[in-house]
Amino acid sequence: MGFHLLSPSYCCGYQASPPISHGLLRFRPVTGIPKPSPQKGQLHQSRRASKVLAYYGLTTPPYKLDALEPYMSQRTLELHWGKHHRDYVDSLNKQLVKSPLYGHTMEELIKVTYNNGNPLPEFNNAAQVWNHDFFWESMQSGGGKLPQGGVLQQIEKDFDSYSNFRDTFVESAMALFGSGWVWLVLRTEEKKLSVVRTSNAICPLVWGDIPIIGLDMWEHAYYLDYKDDREKYINTFMDNLVSWHAATVRMLRAEAFVNLGEPKIPVA
Amino acid sequence: MGGASLLSALACGVSSSSIGAPPHSFLCPTPNRRRKSRRKVRCAPITAQFELKPPPYPLDSLEPHMSRETLEHHWGRHHRGHVDSLNARIAGTQLEEMELEDVVVASYNKGSPLPPFVHAAQVWNHDFFWRSMEPGGGGKPSGELMGLIERDFGSFERMLKEFKEAASTQFGSGWAWLAYKANRLDVGNAVNPCPSEKDNKLVIAKTPNAVNPLVWDYSPLLAVDVWEHAYYLDYENRRADYVSIFMEKLVSWDIVSSRLHIATARAAERAREDERRRREDDVEITNREAVEMYVDSDNDSEPE
Repeated sequence: MGFHLLSPSYCCGYQASPPISHGLLRFRPVTGIPKPSPQKGQLHQSRRASKVLAYYGLTTPPYKLDALEPYMSQRTLELHWGKHHRDYVDSLNKQLVKSPLYGHTMEELIKVTYNNGNPLPEFNNAAQVWNHDFFWESMQSGGGKLPQGGVLQQIEKDFDSYSNFRDTFVESAMALFGSGWVWLVLRTEEKKLSVVRTSNAICPLVWGDIPIIGLDMWEHAYYLDYKDDREKYINTFMDNLVSWHAATVRMLRAEAFVNLGEPKIPVA
Repeated sequence: MGGASLLSALACGVSSSSIGAPPHSFLCPTPNRRRKSRRKVRCAPITAQFELKPPPYPLDSLEPHMSRETLEHHWGRHHRGHVDSLNARIAGTQLEEMELEDVVVASYNKGSPLPPFVHAAQVWNHDFFWRSMEPGGGGKPSGELMGLIERDFGSFERMLKEFKEAASTQFGSGWAWLAYKANRLDVGNAVNPCPSEKDNKLVIAKTPNAVNPLVWDYSPLLAVDVWEHAYYLDYENRRADYVSIFMEKLVSWDIVSSRLHIATARAAERAREDERRRREDDVEITNREAVEMYVDSDNDSEPE
């Protein structure tokens, strides 16, 4: 159960198979390097020098690291993905070695560790791993321009016009103080799209909402390219980077969970 | 200037009504308070209350540990932006009349910060941060400061370790502090029955975003900015390296020592004032009791 269609899902180890929560409970955190097919032979492995068993893997962005030039430099991606995102994954795995929280999908882990507003230590790392995955997929080379089809219709329904939405998004991002994220979410309760900004690692999944687009407003995301010119960064994201294709896919999936209106069935 | 008066009217509408009477804590004058220089232009309609003070060294003098480019952006853009925003937000409000530290504490509003808080606090924090560094800094402290460090942390290395730990684990944006804690609860009956110098001690704290230990009535001695903009151009994601270099090569222990001096003097003065007030209260109670006894004995002597 996840909101990515474009990336391999998470599981113990590095392979791309759909997550099966119950299946994962079979894995005991043994020391050793996981083999590609963990169902077989895991327990027969000889004990090697103790290594952290990776519970979650670092997924790669769906494009080369220089694909977003000149709007987001290769160096930024190398650092942002290769260091920050990787650090979050490694820290999370380290924490999970000693914690009873293994066996969840990433979304479940985030909700569990958010603990209704009193987050457990694993929350920051788990949420940041998910947030960054979401962020890479929210962008594409040759992105920006206008959303198409259903997404555009829904935006126009909920924000009156695309430019209204864009202004709201930019305003919200500029008003964020400190580190955080800005999201276009589909609210499950109100059944409409809305712009939300969150602090640090929080993501709208914890409130049961469905994110459609995410923008990283931590300074590490833009400082090398834009220094303190946040407005330019946000506008560039909206004009040149945001992947409305990914948004459409996510909306399609979201509609399976949220009733956005009656289908147009012709009356006989 | 129509725009500015609109701004002050707006600021008035937003801020002054929610501030009301200033909080109790800074009605009591605190002697030896560090005076932040501020120039108040009395004739002009808009008082640019706070000014952007430059660091006490040229912008390239902290190379190679903190590059000129970082200082140009950090001081010239971030710090300056906060000063401008602060002046805009407090124009025409009560906060305009106050010292920067008082603005910080007042706008913190005991945990529900008002809009000027982030700017006031960041202006203060950055001033403090520039002055905590010097070209050719680092080394080890000495004298009273070293004595207190060894008393409260065991050793200088332990203190360094804890400081780096605090700075590295501050998630998101924020600051790490070495502060002198000589505070007391803001309630009328918080009286320490056996006050001693050991209650006042050095502590290490980490704060998110713009918060600083002034709001807890601590006396900050040293700060390191762990917002990413402070180190990203020079150290990229390596915050731990940045903090290490800060402690080894940039810290001005002289300034920290002088701040400690001021803090201990202030704490001693406060303790003396408390003692004086307690003695006055005692005297008052004793007198009152005498009067009541007199009244009681009158009633007793009345015939049934």
